[in-house]
Formats: sequence, structure tokens, C-alpha cells
Amino acid sequence: MTPPAESNSANAILTARIRKSFTGAEREFSLDVELSAAPGFTILFGPSGSGKTTLLDSVAGLATPDAGRIAVGERVLFDANTAINRPVAKRAVGYVLQDLALFPHLTVQQNVEYGLVHLPRAERRQRAQAMLQEFRIDHLDQQRPAKISGGERQRVALARSLVTDPCVLLLDEPLAALDVATKSKIIDDLRRWNQVHRIPILYVTHSREEVMALGERVLVIEQGRIVAQGTPHQVLRAPLQETVAQLAGFENIFDAAVYLIHEDRGTMTCRLQGNKPECSVLLETPLIRAELGSRLRVGIRAGDILLAIAKPVGLSARNVIAGKLVSLERRDMMISARVDCGVEMEVHLTLAARDALQLEPGCEVWLVIKTHSCHQMQK
Amino acid sequence: MSIDWQAFRLTIELAVVVSLILLVAGLPLAYWIAFSRWRWKFFVEALVALPVVLPPTVLGFYLLVALGLRSPLGRWWQSLTGHTLAFTFAGLVIGSILYSLPFAVQPFTASFASVDRKLLAASATLGASPLRTFFRVVIPLSAPGLVTGIALAFAHTMGEFGVVLMIGGNIPGVTRTVSIAIYDQVQASNYAGANAMALLLLIFCFAVLALVYGLNRGALSQKLWTLGSVK
Repeated sequence: MTPPAESNSANAILTARIRKSFTGAEREFSLDVELSAAPGFTILFGPSGSGKTTLLDSVAGLATPDAGRIAVGERVLFDANTAINRPVAKRAVGYVLQDLALFPHLTVQQNVEYGLVHLPRAERRQRAQAMLQEFRIDHLDQQRPAKISGGERQRVALARSLVTDPCVLLLDEPLAALDVATKSKIIDDLRRWNQVHRIPILYVTHSREEVMALGERVLVIEQGRIVAQGTPHQVLRAPLQETVAQLAGFENIFDAAVYLIHEDRGTMTCRLQGNKPECSVLLETPLIRAELGSRLRVGIRAGDILLAIAKPVGLSARNVIAGKLVSLERRDMMISARVDCGVEMEVHLTLAARDALQLEPGCEVWLVIKTHSCHQMQK
Repeated sequence: MSIDWQAFRLTIELAVVVSLILLVAGLPLAYWIAFSRWRWKFFVEALVALPVVLPPTVLGFYLLVALGLRSPLGRWWQSLTGHTLAFTFAGLVIGSILYSLPFAVQPFTASFASVDRKLLAASATLGASPLRTFFRVVIPLSAPGLVTGIALAFAHTMGEFGVVLMIGGNIPGVTRTVSIAIYDQVQASNYAGANAMALLLLIFCFAVLALVYGLNRGALSQKLWTLGSVK
């Protein structure tokens, strides 16, 4: 394995403050983020159109921010104040684009050697070969990109970027099209490479599964702003923003207001706003720092709600709510039931449960919701 | 037989010189048209396309004026060489370059524009200068368009008439091209001679175009890709 070039000091941290606005034909968009990424993976998670790619393009130099500063360690790539704007070719930022952009007219070997033109031919060859071996694609060196599989193309794209010893690696949903097994093998190889080279890797994805699988620090970006950050568990379990909540799988999201605060029991009661003004549901939720009457949202996963046909007794769950079954809809091997209990809630059941309880639209039912299944979010 | 071989040689010489100059001058122009974001770029595009629609006599007439002694260019050339540009081979080359410009530049531009921009971005992030990106990525990937452009410029120059007539005249061995020679034969009611030369020109141009289109069906572009991948 070749050691990192001296100019690209290992363990440098990427710091970026980026402001950029677009006035498109159909919408205006502004990106305004501040982030730092230590060596290792940092996941950038958000829906499409949230500004992830613009952020990466700015770091790579393909887009120029209106204001801000981008640096890797001491090396400044962009600074609006001092008018520093290193050209793309001089940034030493590895960038694997979503569709990989392998050169179709070059062989795998030539693709990997592309960024090494400054080296003598023998060294170029030897470095490319070493990198191909490290990513287990040395047997493909004479193939053209069109002749190899998607996973192999992915490996070539990574090898082509990494062989130049970049000081940062940007990955724009590069693995989106691959199956889980192929994906995780590639990630393992990338992790192994980075144990030696220690550079920040910004990994963009809009897939929740990918965030969970990578298990690294995640920044949640939404409409050009970073709205949450932490471990995937923190960010996806206790979401703050509604889009995150939807991404995290909350089928039920309600407007609510704080109705009572029970400091002593560590809970509070929220009143959910019903479909009609006179309808409302009281729900006991975990205590958060909020004032009486303040507005928030409550999210409940459809799979966290129990359904009973008689009023249950002797339960630890604090929320037992009466309602009427509105509809039952089969989705694959699961039933999605809609229950009107002042607000309409979606509940997921097994086929067996539906049959055992003889559920039909119009049935009187009770919903059981544990306090800690209620997740509050900012409004 | 009354085939004017001298005229044939001259015409092929002219077409080769013009195609080579258009290759060298047309590439940067086409690159600029394909990639520039200048808002008035369409004026340049229209200017380049003008010879396609303009009667050759119009182009020829203004060239005659521009190359003659009344224009600064003509006087400058006169002071340099002692004779005017009009009615010389060099004048013919200048006229033919302008006349065949769109036939080279438009296919060049179209093939440059169809190169995936992501590849250019990838090339830059790998440390390549714009010039290196041009020669290692843009040129190899637009090879078929380049070949088409050069072939069209070549064939178009082979067959031009109006511009040559206006600025070249009819000087054997200097400006008399095949098309002028054919015209001459017809004027002299020598239809057999005209037919022989016309048929020869037709077959030659057809052969050139057929060769290019045939090669462009994969074989040649593959070959040029390989050439492009050799450093």
C-alpha cells in the first residue's frame, strides 16, 4: 500500500461554511450550512433537492459559493473573504459522482491511471495496479467500463479517485443502485483503505437503510439547512424535524399542544388536534423541555400501536383510546387499519390478528400506545 | 479524352488544405460554441451557419471586394507579396475555408456538446487541466463527429463552384477547379468531356462520403478511442 502523499496530511479535518443561492425558473433555493467532518465517514442525509449535491460540488470546486470558507486542515480550498478559490484540478478532492462518470473509451487500468499523469509511466502503472488489487479488481484491468458489473464499476470509480491520494473523499449516492451484500463489501474495503489514510469521507444518501447500515455520524440536511446531527440512532430515533420523521417511518404525525406537565412522573399530556375543532385526543408522552400550551408535533409509528376489541385493563401503557375502525387495507403480508378516535390513526396488524379479532370496518376498538412510543418534534 | 487532370489535382489539393485548416481552426471554435456561456453566443453561431444559406455568389462577391486592392487586407497582402489575393490559390483557400466552415464546425460542435459533462467534471477532480481533458476525453469521445465534419468539409470544397468563379476565375493550374472546368466544357458545347469529369467528381465524392459513413459505423470510432487512450 502506498503511503499518503506528504502534502495531504492525514487526520486533517474538513471544515466548510457555505452559502449559495439560486434563482431558478420554478423555485428559489438557498444553501446555508456549516459543518466539519473528521477523518472517517460522515453521512449527509436528506431528501432529493435538499442541497446535498450542491454542498459536495462546492467542496470539489465544481460550484462556487456566494460566501463562506472551505478548508481541509490548514489547506484553504475556498475563502470568499480573501478571494481564494482553488481550481477543481488543484483541490485534491476525490469525488465519486452518482453515475460514476468512468471514461468509457479507457480501460479500467487507464481510468485508474488517469489522475497520475504527473508520475513516470512505471510508477503510474505500479500504483494503479496496487490500488486495483486493494479493491479486488486487478483481473479487470484491460476491460472497458461497459463490460463490467455495477459493483465492479463502483470499485473502479473509488480506485480512480483514491489512487490520487485526495485529502477528502466525496461520495454522491454512489452505491444507491447496488444490492446490500455488494454494497457492504465495498464499504468494508473503503473502510480498510481509510484506516491507513485517515481522510474525511462525506457520504451522501437519501436512504434511511444506508444511514443505519453505515452507523456513522450523520448530518441531516433539509431545504439547504443542516437540521440535525448525531449518531443515526439519535437522529432517526428522536427526530426533530418533520421530514426526518417521515423518513424515519412515522405514519402518524399530529399537530399538538402541551396540555399538562407532570414533572414528578417525567411525562406530560399533549392534546392532539382532531380533524374537527371539537374533537381532540389527550396523549401522555415523555417529558421534554416545553411550556404549557406550546405547540409541537407528535409522531407515532403504526407498528407501535396495539389494537384491542374490548377495553383492556391492567396495562402499563398510559394511553388507551377508544375509536372506530374506518378501513382495513391489505399491504403485502400486513394489514393497515385506519381508526377514527377523534384523530385518525394508522395501525399495522398481521393478517392473523385481523382474522382472530374478526375485524371489520365499523368495529368499536381500543388503541393502546406506550408513552415512549410517542415522539415529539419541533413544529 | 478531355478530362482535365490538372483541374482534378488542383481541386483535391484545395480540399485537403482547406480540410486541414478547418480541422485546426474549427476545433477551438467549435469548443467555444459548445461550452461558452456567453449570452450573445448565438450571433456567432448564426454567422458560422451563414454560408449554408447564402448564395455562393454573395459570399464570393464580398470576398472579391475584401481581397481586392480597395480593402486594407488586399493592400496589405499586395505590399507583402507584390500581387493581389484575388485570382490566386491562396485566395481560393480563404474563400473555401469560409464557405465550408459550417460543414466542419457544426458536426464538431454537436459532438462536443454530446459529451457527458460529468466526464469533464470527473476529469477535473482527477487533476486534469482543461487542455488535457480536451485531448484525452472530449476529442476521443467525439471522434465520429470530427471525422464527419472533416469529410463534409472536404467533399463540399471538392464541389464548390460559385465562390471559386467569383474570386478565383479560371486560371489553369492555379484556380481552375473541376467544377469550373466542367462549366467550361459545357460552355464550349463539349458535353462528352463535361460528362466524363462530372461523373468522375460524382463517383469520387460519393466514395469519400460512403467511406466515412461506413467507417463511422463503429469500426473507426473504436479505433480512434484506442488511439485516444494511447498517451
